[in-house]
Formats: sequence, structure tokens, C-alpha cells
Amino acid sequence: MDLKEKLAILADKATQEMKSVSTVEELETLRVSYLGKKGELTQVLKGMKDLSADERPVIGQLANQVRDDLTNQMSMTRETIQKQVLNKRLAEETLDVTLPGVKPIKGQSHVITQIIEEIEDLFLGMGYQIVEGNEVEEDYYNFERVNLPQNHPARDMQDTFYITSKVLMRTHTSPLQARTLETHDFSKGPLKMISPGKVYRRDTDDATHSHQFHQIEGMVIDKHITMADLKGTLETLAKKMFGENREIRLRPSYFPFTEPSVEVDVSCFKCGGKGCNVCKHTGWIEILGAGMTHPEVLKMSGVDPEIYGGFAFGMGPDRIAMLKYGVDDIRNFYLNDQRFLKQFKVRG
Amino acid sequence: MKVSYNWLKEYLNLENITPEQLADQITLTGIEVDSLIVPGEGLKKLVVGEVRTVEKMEGSDHLNVTQVDVGAEELYQIVCGAPNVAENQKVVVALPGARLPGNFKIKKSKLRGHVSNGMICSLEELGFSDSVIPKRIEDGIYVLPEEAIVGADALSYLGLDDIIIDLDITPNRADAMSMRGVAYEAGTILSQNPEFEKVSLSENAEDLIENYMTVSVQAKEDTPDYKLRIVKDVIVKESPLWLQRKLMNAGIRPIDSVVDVTNYIMLEYGQPLHAFDYDALNSKEIYVRRAKQDEKIITLDGQERTLNQDNLVVTNGDQPVALAGVMGGQNSHVTEKTRTVAIESAVFASSLVRKTAQSLNLRSESSSRFERGLNLGTVQAALDHATALIAEINGGQIVSGIAEIEVTKPLEKKVSITLQRINHVLGTELSLEEVASIFIRLQFEYTLVEDEFIISVPLRRWDISIEADLLEEVARVYGYNKIPSTLPMMESTPGELNDKQRLTRFIHRYLEGSGLAQTISYALTTPEKAERFSMKPSKTTNLDWPMSEEHKTLRLSLISGLVDNAAYNAARQMKNIALYEVGHVFYENESGNLPLEEEHVAGLLSGSLTENTWSNTAQPVDFYTLKGIVEELLETIGIKETIKFAADSSFNDLHPGRTAEIYLGEEKIGVIGQIHPEIAGVFDLEETYVFELSVDALVAAEKNSVLYAAIPKYPGTSRDIALLVEETISHNEVMDVIEANGGKWLQQVRLFDLYQGEHIEAGKKSIAYSLAYLNPEATLKEEEVNKDFEKVKKALKQELNAEIR
Repeated sequence: MDLKEKLAILADKATQEMKSVSTVEELETLRVSYLGKKGELTQVLKGMKDLSADERPVIGQLANQVRDDLTNQMSMTRETIQKQVLNKRLAEETLDVTLPGVKPIKGQSHVITQIIEEIEDLFLGMGYQIVEGNEVEEDYYNFERVNLPQNHPARDMQDTFYITSKVLMRTHTSPLQARTLETHDFSKGPLKMISPGKVYRRDTDDATHSHQFHQIEGMVIDKHITMADLKGTLETLAKKMFGENREIRLRPSYFPFTEPSVEVDVSCFKCGGKGCNVCKHTGWIEILGAGMTHPEVLKMSGVDPEIYGGFAFGMGPDRIAMLKYGVDDIRNFYLNDQRFLKQFKVRG
Repeated sequence: MKVSYNWLKEYLNLENITPEQLADQITLTGIEVDSLIVPGEGLKKLVVGEVRTVEKMEGSDHLNVTQVDVGAEELYQIVCGAPNVAENQKVVVALPGARLPGNFKIKKSKLRGHVSNGMICSLEELGFSDSVIPKRIEDGIYVLPEEAIVGADALSYLGLDDIIIDLDITPNRADAMSMRGVAYEAGTILSQNPEFEKVSLSENAEDLIENYMTVSVQAKEDTPDYKLRIVKDVIVKESPLWLQRKLMNAGIRPIDSVVDVTNYIMLEYGQPLHAFDYDALNSKEIYVRRAKQDEKIITLDGQERTLNQDNLVVTNGDQPVALAGVMGGQNSHVTEKTRTVAIESAVFASSLVRKTAQSLNLRSESSSRFERGLNLGTVQAALDHATALIAEINGGQIVSGIAEIEVTKPLEKKVSITLQRINHVLGTELSLEEVASIFIRLQFEYTLVEDEFIISVPLRRWDISIEADLLEEVARVYGYNKIPSTLPMMESTPGELNDKQRLTRFIHRYLEGSGLAQTISYALTTPEKAERFSMKPSKTTNLDWPMSEEHKTLRLSLISGLVDNAAYNAARQMKNIALYEVGHVFYENESGNLPLEEEHVAGLLSGSLTENTWSNTAQPVDFYTLKGIVEELLETIGIKETIKFAADSSFNDLHPGRTAEIYLGEEKIGVIGQIHPEIAGVFDLEETYVFELSVDALVAAEKNSVLYAAIPKYPGTSRDIALLVEETISHNEVMDVIEANGGKWLQQVRLFDLYQGEHIEAGKKSIAYSLAYLNPEATLKEEEVNKDFEKVKKALKQELNAEIR
């Protein structure tokens, strides 16, 4: 058998054996056994020294070709094996992607805070400032300065928790209007404020009454503020809180600190005005009280009602939350049952 | 105010409008309509019947078998249990097939073997409220007057064909607490002028009031007007049906033919009246004065009332005979025996009536009208009308003249407004003609000078006295919904949160991100809970007149409320609790009227922050879980001054070994700790940790401004050290030593191990720290770090007697 044949047999045998190799390690063993320093190819080539000078280069070239071929085949086999190994691993690593994820812990703000912040943000965007104050107030600021003198019949409308004859739990956030009016410097621009906060009334707690609840009032005072401006502002608010398609309706009412005074109804966000349980089949939901700031309120704060005027409005975040989310018992807001609180983690 | 639609029709032409439309219009232009009541809704087959015979049913102690003529060919046999049923009565019969309130159907039936073809009705069965049914027929059937026509529909006799518009009248519109006032209001809406019947009064010219009565008052401020007339020879009885009907539909119980007239006139004019039994007054003098301290009067309702100087009384010159404007006295009220009636029409100071009604808890139709003011123009008209009607209904002679005090004639106020002002405030473009037509609809007389309307305000609208009142009138009659909608045009102002508001929102978001849910608790709580967990000693603020012990005292801490909330949740099988609250606490203030309100934030953890899941086992929270939340909060707020946690055992309700006060420099700004196991036991809570911080202190604290530091170009290195020290040595003490001796390249020290127990000598603990060194300007040399590290070791040995392991 000449070398040529030997090389051909060797190449054939190696190719055959390569087919049954299944791991990278086996392949390496195979490579060493054929192509290594002591491998079969080297053994075969040892016979070269017996060849003539003419044959040597021919066989040498053939041997190199066999080496290159085998090396190429091996590297392809290696890739195939590696791919198989990877595929196997990937198959083994397959997860049930429907298992629940590991969630970061997360709390949430109280639904009333959410409502208040939403309203605050709307008015901040319109250039209002947020004014907060004490929950314990002087009778003078809570009543007299908002045009509710002693023995005024409208004092019946809000029963009050007194601490002394002159100090009380504020029944509305209106004292902040008086307190802000008396310090505001109109030479530095108009007054635009909203005042959110807790207020208190002498009420027995039940599904629709709470001795503690929240209020947001707003006020704008400048040289030329009209009732039309009030209407436009409230429309903006209604659309923001209850949806773009809402309309508002003003009805005459009475508040001692505004004149004219109006109650503001919003077209029902549930039925769109056709009539349903939420709007008690009227198509309208009472949501706000508002009006043009009473000249006496301005006068008592040292603001000249001949020059300045404006509007004020007030609403109850508790009531808005009840309407918006269908909460049927106001006490839920103050019991702080986690099953209640967690329902409002979704920011729609 | 319950407004009868039928009654309103006497003053206005309501042919072209439905009650629903009118009610809507009233709501939109002036006064909120609370509801539209249809008393006869759903009633049918109710006819007038005449009882022909009444026989006691055998074997029954109260049932009668009656034969009733209902206008059919034959008499109807009806079983009736009413004690007052009698022959020849005209009654209301519900025929078989009739429907009564509550969808109650009447069927032909048998009672103890006797056929009953329907029912003879009481007012209650017809849906009248107990509060308006005359006392004398409380338990019986209603008897119609003789003129009632047998077989006719009974609804109209009882006013059940009427519609009642129930008005919710705001304090400024007291003018609408009368039918006349409502007629003017509706007239404005309909552009009609209401018409009222002229009253003619025939006095007995020979009988002069001077011979019967003189009146005087102690103070005109208290009693601006007092008028009195006398009618003799009356016979007091049951009022005619039309009068009873009107009263009942207005929500007032018929009493007798004198009192009913005074109530009727009050409804028509808004002027409360009072009728005295003249003979019972036992005097020819009426004197109105303040009550004496502890003076007594027995009011109509039989109650003895103890009075004081804030109460106004009508006296017979000596004894009080009425609480002015509030309630008559028992000693002088009209009875069936009354023959001479004295009728009072007066004006009493609203504040006095209000105080009296309030302090004696005696609100009445009368007092509520005095409180809100009266039409000074109809004090006499109402008196005259009442007098004429009493004489007409009860028979009798009207004594000539009025006993009265001297009163200056009330004048109509003049109030002006310009067209320019109207449009300036309303944002409208009304013309002079449009505004003029509004004043005409209101029946306000005016003169126009250029664009200024000078209005003579009718006395019936005593609520109008300033320009803004006129603005409101114009706006509401024009229609609020016709006013355009704009946004204010003005100098722009920055709308931004102030420092406190921004920080507060940050705290909210931070704590929510840490897994805590915001709560809102009641600021008013029990005196005991209010004081609990207070960060500083302070007296509490208490309500003067609380409604309950539960909500009596203002809180000194937020933790107390959170503990309540936690207990509420724990009692409902929620053992993992993570809550926070931001709100005011109320400290006493020695130097001012108002308590010192401080904004605080508090948090509470109990159980675990997470649930056990398929992949994670929940770790129970501990002191350090909560402390980490607080530390990171304070760090991210960026407070410049050092924050210290100092062990404290002075809180009664916190674990004495697991509580720290939180200091910002020297100022105490908060507390953190475990709820005392005893308290936790009371609330049925497991291990629970709480903190509270003063938000105001955090706002006031100086903050670090963020300044970029270059990312180090050179690598740092670190050295670990494990120590064995006495267990009483705190982490802080170790840190102080390390930091003081760390050298200039020491960047950070991190505690990474703490061990106590097996393999460690009793009374000692093993702690391990990692010290990170860095020279930002060069690669640190091994020898430099080793030198610095050795210094730390040495100091720990010397100062803390630490054994380096």
C-alpha cells in the first residue's frame, strides 16, 4: 500500500469516526489521535523519508490537504456540537412565563390625596398658589370675616365644634381667603389661590356624613374678573375631573361670602345626562358652590371692592371621590382598611 | 316651604306651564326645588260616601257594619273599625279596586262572615303624614263637610289633586317663605304680576280698642313693631275644609278655627301671628320686655321654661303670656271656650328670637320667619286679613281700631347700579333695555339716569340692600346659563408648590415607594389616645361640647391614629400592615389663642412588607427595616446637619429598649420604636414598629445642594476588620473611633457582619466592618493604606478594648 492510499484510508476513517462524536471533548480526543504530534497522520508521514524526491512534494501536498480537510471538518463538527449543546441547555432552561413575577413593594396615596393633588396640579398649571392653614381657627376668621356675623341665620347651615367661645374647628377653608386677602400685595399682581384641607362639622358620622372631611376652595381677585371667568374656570375643572364631555349648569344659591352665589351641577358622568342612579335621574350632579366674592369680604380684608373683585368656589374631595369611584359610605375614607386603600393604587 | 300649586293658581295664571316646568324654572332662576310632591299619586276609586246605618258587629268590641251610599244604585256594606264612624257622616270611601298609598289595593272581602265592599278611610290611610292629621281624628276616619256630593271623586275635597312644590329656601330668600313671596318669584319667571284679593274689614264703630287694650314695649330695638286687634263673640270650632286642606298641604296640622287662620295668614304673608284668649289675659295691657333671670313660663306644649335676659316675653303687664315670636303661653291660648280673641301681629328682633328658639330648642314655623326677618310692609295687612277671616269663620264682631306702638313708616331703600358695572362683573354685554326688562319683571320700580338704574326696592325684598344684591337679581333672572364662559385674562403669576408642599409631596411618594399606604385618620380622638406617643409634653386641646368621647380631643401624635388603623386591619385578618399618615398635631400654645399646629409624618410596619410567594419567603419587619426607611428618607431629603438616633426609654407606650429619639443637631425632630408589647397586646397587634417626624422641622432644616463630584479616575482599595467587643459598645461608638482615626483616604465604612452567640464569649459580640479607601488624584500605595489601617486597629484596641480577629 503506498502512502497515497494510506492517506486516503486515514481521511476516510477519520471522517467516519467524526460522525459518531457527540461532545467537544470526544472531538478533541479524535483530533489529537489523528492530527496530534503523535497522531496517525504523523505516523503515516513518517513513511515520507522512503519516497523519491519527485514523489515527496506530491505526497506532501496531499498530506497537507488531508490535514486541512480534517481540520475544517472538525471545526464544523465542533460548531454543530456546540449548537446542539446550547440548544439542549436552552431547552432545559425554559420557564413557565405565566408564573407571577416578583413585584417591588409599593404603597399608594389615599384616594382623597389623589383627588386633591389632581385639582392642585390643574390650578398650579393656571398660575394659582396653594395656601394651607390651621385646622383650629378663630371664630372671627371662620365666620365674621367671611360675612357671617354672630346670630346670622346662615350659621345654622354649619354646626360647629367650638373649643372656646372664640376658637373652633374650622368649618370650611374660607378663613384662608380672609387671611390671604389681608396680606396679599396687589401691586405685585393678582391673587389666585386654592386652599385644600381638612374641615370639621358637628355631624354624627353615618354613610353620608362625617364630622371630619375635606374641602378645596379657590379664589381669584383682580381688577376685572367676571362671572363668565368663573364659569370658564369651573368648566375647565369639571372637564378635568369628570371627562372632556362634561357640561356645567349654574343655579342660584346663597353663601354669605359670595354674591351672586351659585350651585354648580355637572352633567352626569355616568349616564351623560340621560338620568341614572348616580344623578338621581336628573342628569345633573351637584358638585360645587361658587360665586362672586362679596364686597364685604373684600372690605373687611382692606381690599377696595370698587377697584377689585373676583370669584370664589369650593368643593368637597370626599364627595368627588364618592361619586367618581362609587364609594357608598364616607366612613370608608377614615377607617383605613387596607383592602379599601389598595383599590386606589391604579392611576387611571 | 311647601308650596301648593292650587293655591299659587289663585294669584297667577298657570295655564301655559306645567308644575314640572315651573319647578325647573324656579330652581334655575332663584330657589332650589327640593322635590315635587304629588300627594294623590297612584290613588284611584276614592269617592265621597254617606254613612246611612251603623251597627255594632256581634262578637267584636270595635267593628261596625255600615251601609254606605256611594252614589251607586244600592248601598255598599262596609265593615269599619273607626271609633268615630256615625250615621249621616260624609266620608271618603275606597271602593273595591281602589288603590291607596304604598300600592295597597282594596278588594271586596269578608270580615268575620260579613261582606265588606271597600273601606272608609282615615287620613293616614290616604297618605297624610301623622304630623298634619288633626289631633281629634288621630285614630278615626276623616269626616267631610255636609256639602260634599255623594259619589263624587274624593281627591279634590282633601287637596289630593294638588301638587306640592317643596322649596329649599336659603337664608337670604326669606321673602319666599310666604305664598305671596313665591307668587312674586313665579311671576318674575312668567312675566306676570300676581294678583291678590282685596280684604275688607268691617269694624264695629261703637266698640273701640282703647276700651280693651293698650300695648307698649320695653325697647324698640327688641320689638320694632307690635299691633293687636280684637274680635268679640267668636265661636271656636273646626275650620272649614278649604282651610284645613291648605294647611295640611303646607305641612301644618289644623288645630281650630282661630289658630288655623293665624297659620294660614302666616303662610300667605310670611307674617307670624299669635292669637290670645283675651279674657285669659286678664288685663287691659300688653307689655313686651326682656324676661327676668329665672322667670318661668309654661308654653303651649305644657313645658315649663326657665328664662333669662336674652329671652323676649309678651306680658299682660305682669306675667309672661307668650315667648315672643317663638311660642304662646298655656295661660292665654285660645280654646273652644274662647269668646274674645286678641290677635297679635308684631316684629321681634331676629337675633333674640333666634337665641330663644335655639336655647330652648323650640324651632317653629313662626320663629324661623322672625329669625330671617319680615316684610315690614305687611304687618298690618296680615293682621287685618286675619281679623277679617276670624270674624268671618267664627262669627263675631271686630272691635274698632288697632292697639299698637308708634312706628315710623318703613321706607323703600334706594339702591343703584350702572349698566357698565353689571356687564363688568357678569362678563355680559347686556343692553339698557334688557336690564330694564329684568327690573320690570321683578316689579322693581326704577329711575334711569344715563346708564344708572336707581331702584326703589320693594319692602317685600328686604334682602336687597347693596349693589351686589342687584347684580344677583339681574344675573339670575337673565339666566346664569346664558352668561358666557371665559378664562380670566390677567397678569400671569407663577403657579408653583412652595418648599413645604414640595417636600410633603416628596415624602408621600417616598413612603409609597417604600411600600406604605397613606391613611387619613380623625384628628379628634379620645383624651387618652390623643396624648399617646406624643413627641413632646403638651396639654391637649379639647372640644367645649363634644358629640362623643370618641372625638373629643385633638391628637398630639399621628402614631396613635396609625395604631388604631393597624388594629382595625389586624382584627380583619390582615397581619401585614404598612401605613403612613401626614397631618397636623395640635400642641398647646401658651402665647396665643390657637394651638400650635405642626405638620407631622408617621409610619407603621407590622408583620412583613411582602407576602410569602412561590419564589420568596417573606421576612418579618423589625426595627431596622423601619429605621432604614427613615434613614434613607432623611438622606434623600439631603439634610445638612447630622441626624442622630439616640436610645430613649422615656416613652410609656414604646419598648424601652427599642426606641430612639431622632435628632437633627440638637433639635429633637422625631421618634422611632417598637410599640410596647403591653400596648400591642391591648390592640391585638403583633410586633409593630412606628416612627414619627416633624415635617415642619424637615422643611426648616438646611439642605445640601447637590454638587457633582468627578467620577474617580483611580482605583480604590478596601480592608476588612473583624472585632470582638463588649456587647454594650454601640455601633456608633465603633464608627466614631474608626472615622476619627481613618486617615485622609478613608471614604466609607460599612458594617457587614454582626454576630453574638455560639463560639463567642458571653457578653461580647463580633462585628465586622469594611473600610473603603480612595485617593481621587493618584493610585493609592499599598503601604499608605496599611499604615492608615493599622492606626484604626490600634485605636480600636486602645479605646474600645477591642480584640481584632
